[in-house]
Amino acid sequence: MDVTSIAKLANLTLTPSELTQLETGLNQVLELVNHIRELNTVGIEPTSQVTGLTNVTRDDEIDQSRVLTQAQAISNSQSVHNGYFEVNAIFQDQ
Amino acid sequence: MNLLDSSIRVLSQKLRSKEVSPVELASASLAAAKSHQPKTNAYITLLDENAVLDQAKTVKLTTPLSGLPYVLKDTFLTQGVKTTSASNVLKNYSPQYSATVVNKLSQAGGIMIGKCNQDAWGHGGSTENTDFGCAKNPWDLKRVTGGSSGGPAASIACRDSMFAIGEDTGGSIRNPAGWCNISGLKVTYGRVSRYGCIAYASSFDTVGPMAKSVEDLAFVLGEIAGIDPYDATSSPQPVGDYLSGINQGVKNLKIGLPKEFFNDGLDPQVKNLIVKAASEYEKLGARIVDVSLPMIKYAISVYYLLAPSETSSNLGRYDGIRYGNGRENFTQETIRRIMVGTYALSAGYYDAYYKKAQQARTLIINDFQKAFSSCDLILSPISPTPATLIGELISDPVKNLLADIYTVTTNPAGIPSLAIPCGFTGQKLPVGMQLQGPMFSESLLLKAGYTYQQVTNWHESKPTL
Repeated sequence: MDVTSIAKLANLTLTPSELTQLETGLNQVLELVNHIRELNTVGIEPTSQVTGLTNVTRDDEIDQSRVLTQAQAISNSQSVHNGYFEVNAIFQDQ
Repeated sequence: MNLLDSSIRVLSQKLRSKEVSPVELASASLAAAKSHQPKTNAYITLLDENAVLDQAKTVKLTTPLSGLPYVLKDTFLTQGVKTTSASNVLKNYSPQYSATVVNKLSQAGGIMIGKCNQDAWGHGGSTENTDFGCAKNPWDLKRVTGGSSGGPAASIACRDSMFAIGEDTGGSIRNPAGWCNISGLKVTYGRVSRYGCIAYASSFDTVGPMAKSVEDLAFVLGEIAGIDPYDATSSPQPVGDYLSGINQGVKNLKIGLPKEFFNDGLDPQVKNLIVKAASEYEKLGARIVDVSLPMIKYAISVYYLLAPSETSSNLGRYDGIRYGNGRENFTQETIRRIMVGTYALSAGYYDAYYKKAQQARTLIINDFQKAFSSCDLILSPISPTPATLIGELISDPVKNLLADIYTVTTNPAGIPSLAIPCGFTGQKLPVGMQLQGPMFSESLLLKAGYTYQQVTNWHESKPTL
C-alpha cells in the first residue's frame, strides 16, 4: 500500500516515521482481509444497506424545531470571524 | 441488597408506591458511580449533581422508566452536555441538539446521570482505544471491559445505573455485555433511530439497550424503538409489545448451533458454557439443531473492509473547522481504520476490496436466511475468550480484529442479537452467549433470553469492588 498517497486522500498529515510505523500494521490487516479476493462472487449483487427501504423523502418544508441560530451553528468552532466559520484561503492573491 | 440491584419492574413499582423517591434513587446512583469511577474509569462525564437532583425532584411518573437513573455511551449527542465519542477530536464539543434516543428517554422520565467511556468512534472491542484512559473490568481490574460500549457495561455491572444505551456496529454492545456479565441487545438495523448518534459505519450502526436482565431490556426497548422522521433508515415496522409475551417459554422452539463457531479458536471453557446453555434450553423444551454459517470464514474480511470504508467517509467531517479539534488528534487505531477504508475505496482497489466485500455481504445474508429456514434462533458464543488483559489487544492490530469474529456477521446482515450471561470461568471471569434471530425478531429473542434467566441466576451475580 502506498501509505503516503492514501494518507493524502484521507486528509491525514503524518510524519515519515508515523507512516513507516503505520505501514506495518496496515499490511498485517490487508493480509488478514486479502483472502476475500479468492471468494467466488460471480453474479452476486452487492449489498449496501439492509433496510429494504427506497426513496425515503420528507416534505419540502422547513422544520423550525431543528433550525439552529447562526450563533448556535458556530458555537463549537475555534475560529470564527464576524459570525462566520473561518477557513484557510483556497485561492491565493498573486 | 442496594436499591439499584432491583429490576426495572420492581423499582418502578416502588417509585409509584412512594416507597422510594426519584431523588433517593438518583443520589444512590450518582454516589455509586462516583465511588466506582476511580477503579473502573467507566465515565467520561458524570452530570452535575444538582442538575440531576433537580430533574429527579420534578420528574412525572408516566412510564416504567420514569425516575430511573441511566447512562449513555458517549456517542450520543446531548444538548449542552459534552459529547466526545472518547476522542480528543471532540473533547470540548458541546452539541446544539440531542439524539432522538436521548429525547425519547427524557420524555419517558429517565434521569441521565453520566456519559460513558468507549473505544473512540466505536473503533475497538476493548475500550482501550480511548483518549480518556482505558475502562477496567469490574470483575478483574487488570482486564478490559470489552467494547466499544465498555463504560456502559461496567456501569451496569457495578449497579451504578439502571440501564444504559449503547451502540453496536460489529459487536460493541454484545462483547462488553458478555465480558462484564450484563445483558445487551443489538437490535435489527433501523429498529431504533440513529439520529444524533455519532456515526461509525452508517449501514451497520445500531442503537440498543444494556441492562442487568432481559426483562429490563424489554422495558427500555419499548420506549426507544420506532420510526423517526429524522433518520430515513429507521423502520416503519410497528413496535412490538416486548413484555406481553415474554413469559411464554421456549417449548418447541428450534435453536440452531452453528458448527463453524465451535472451532479451535474458541476457548474450551467458553465452549463448555455455551454447550451447557444449549442443554438448559433443551430442558426447557427447545430443540437444538445443527446449522451451518460457512461465510464466517470471510466475516472479518467483510467487516474490516466495509466498516472502515464507511468510517473513512464518516470521519471526513472532522476537519477542525465547524467543530472539534483537528485530524492530528485521531489515535493509531482510528488512523488505521481510516487508511484501510480509504484504500478499499480508492481507484484501482474498489472492485477488488469494497465491491467484493459488498457481494460477500449478500452471501452472509443468504447464509443466515438459509440457517433460519431450519431454526428459529441461533445460539453461539459472543467472544472466543473471556475478557483479555489490558494491553493485550490494543498492541496487536490483528488480534484486536479477530476478537470480534463471532459478532461481526450480525451487523452486515442487519439482524438482531441478544447477549446474556451464561456462566463463569474457573478464574471467575464472566462469559456471555448470543442469540441471533431473523430481522425484527426482538420479541422472540427477548422471550428466549427471559426464559433462560428464569432458571439461571448468572445475570444476578455482580462484582465485588
